[in-house]
Amino acid sequence: MRPAGKGAHDSLYFTYPAFTAPDRAHVLAREGCKVAIVGAGPVGMFAALTLARFGIASVLFDKKDTFNDGSRAICVQRSSYQALERAGAVKPFIEKAYGWTMGRTFYRGEQILEFEMPHSDSEKYLPMYNIQQQFIEQYLWDAVAASPLIETRWCSEVTGADDTESGARLSVQDTNGRYQIEAEWVLAADGARSAIRSMRGLRLKGDNFPGRYVIADVQMDHAYQTIRRALFDSKSNPDKTILIHRQPDNIWRIDYQMPDGQSEEEAISEDNIRDNVGRILRDIDYQGAWELEWWSIYSANTLALDDYRDGRVIFIGDSAHIVPIFGVRGLNNGLADAENAGWKLARVLKGLSDERLMDSYSPERRGATLDVFENATKSARFMTPPTKGWTVMRDAALSLALDHEWAGAFANPRQMEPFTYTDGGAVLSHTETAGSVKPGAVLPNERLSDDAYLSDLLGNGFTLIVLEEKDPAGLDALKASLLGLDPELECITSGHIRARFGAAGLSRLHERLGTQPGATLLIRPDGYLAGAWPTCVADVIVAQATAAFGRKETH
Amino acid sequence: MALNFADLEIVYEELARTLDRLSPSEREVFLCKLSLLMARDLGDLSRVQAMIQTAQNHLETL
Repeated sequence: MRPAGKGAHDSLYFTYPAFTAPDRAHVLAREGCKVAIVGAGPVGMFAALTLARFGIASVLFDKKDTFNDGSRAICVQRSSYQALERAGAVKPFIEKAYGWTMGRTFYRGEQILEFEMPHSDSEKYLPMYNIQQQFIEQYLWDAVAASPLIETRWCSEVTGADDTESGARLSVQDTNGRYQIEAEWVLAADGARSAIRSMRGLRLKGDNFPGRYVIADVQMDHAYQTIRRALFDSKSNPDKTILIHRQPDNIWRIDYQMPDGQSEEEAISEDNIRDNVGRILRDIDYQGAWELEWWSIYSANTLALDDYRDGRVIFIGDSAHIVPIFGVRGLNNGLADAENAGWKLARVLKGLSDERLMDSYSPERRGATLDVFENATKSARFMTPPTKGWTVMRDAALSLALDHEWAGAFANPRQMEPFTYTDGGAVLSHTETAGSVKPGAVLPNERLSDDAYLSDLLGNGFTLIVLEEKDPAGLDALKASLLGLDPELECITSGHIRARFGAAGLSRLHERLGTQPGATLLIRPDGYLAGAWPTCVADVIVAQATAAFGRKETH
Repeated sequence: MALNFADLEIVYEELARTLDRLSPSEREVFLCKLSLLMARDLGDLSRVQAMIQTAQNHLETL
């Protein structure tokens, strides 16, 4: 919502585009597409970019005529930056967003915790970046609009998604009329209130947490670092919680638990927003002028579909799962869903993998959601305790934290590292491990020179890293076999690394990965480790990789 | 030796769930029984007395 007298997209700092429906003759002329993506929010657009990364065309539908209103999801984590980089879309984010590594938690005005998120020189990106969702959508849109493989149809509502023998038939209503279009696959990225989900008769299951939060953006010249600030039981919101985040363009996110005695309707009235925000700003010693930009309300939920795939319809992002915001995993997990579904679907459509590869999407990404639930549930129970027992324990921990540093750890927001996949078939979990890296985990990054990281060496498709001292005898034959599995395969050897980064670079890599000479790693197109072997045993690697990612004999 | 944070967190969660199962009057007795059990196991009167003092800090509401 925005202040009285302002339009829904009348922002202090952002100009929303105005899109129109596609030309009528054009939509009627096109009968089908390989992939239809429903929802041109950040997750849908990123899915289209990921498909385009592998040469797959898609048609993107959205019923809106512009981007989502308001700043919404503002925290983009390191793994998302790496995914954006792989899709060739990270540059504008680097230029605009504010990176951060630290958080401070206050109880009754006193600092009880200062935490650092895991970070080191080995990493190319910081653990977290703050940027408004409008910019996220704008930058993704710039890339989408520039791609010849993506056709976007704005003002186009998908009103039906029925199975056909070869996929699905979508019914679409746009400002010019109705039409139908066939798609081999449908990616449903249509958000928390997914219409596709309802059309398919599917429901999210899980829990709702008590407590309502208001998020309000204000523009002000406030001198404070880019960190996560959390305030418990402050003078401005007794017994309740406040989160404060800095965003580009002098915008500050004030996220506060609704005070007792205010109904939802009262809480979101402009007068109350101004009162509450004003009180909070005085509480953090901000004396200057401020302008109210936008506000919204939310509650914490842990809800997910039982299966993220329904035939040829794949659910990505909030349509598949709703997570509490405290773990900043809504958008970040949505982007990971889009990349996971995207590279697998591209392989299936190119005939490189069987459709069976898509079976691994739901176990992997639903596993990641359940992991978020576990951590975010702990955070939500601390931020908004659901019962007397959790309230008493939270208050006891906060009270102890004023005198004891160890008790502050209960207030840690647990913003986690990417989830490690264990099953689903797209990880060769039965391989032996090599070093400290395990199949299913994200390949750790390492700085190899002033301007090059391990991640920069990875290819667009699969990457084979062979850390034998000398290139093994069968390396060419191994590469040839794996090129059949992925024509884009990139192969990196110890020899390459030593030649470019010296013996020191190679030993730094071994140290980071905990590997010995001989170790051989297969990296997936999404940066996850597919398999690891202590030595380069070509026939084993080819057999396992073919079983997981290859194409079976046709019947 | 102090309990590590992961174990402490398990205690935190078990206590929260236990408090939720008890009535308000039972809670107080439960917490006192637990304190006595822990004090006996700790086996150090002066430390228990110091903890009784520490736990009284910051009880007032704002």
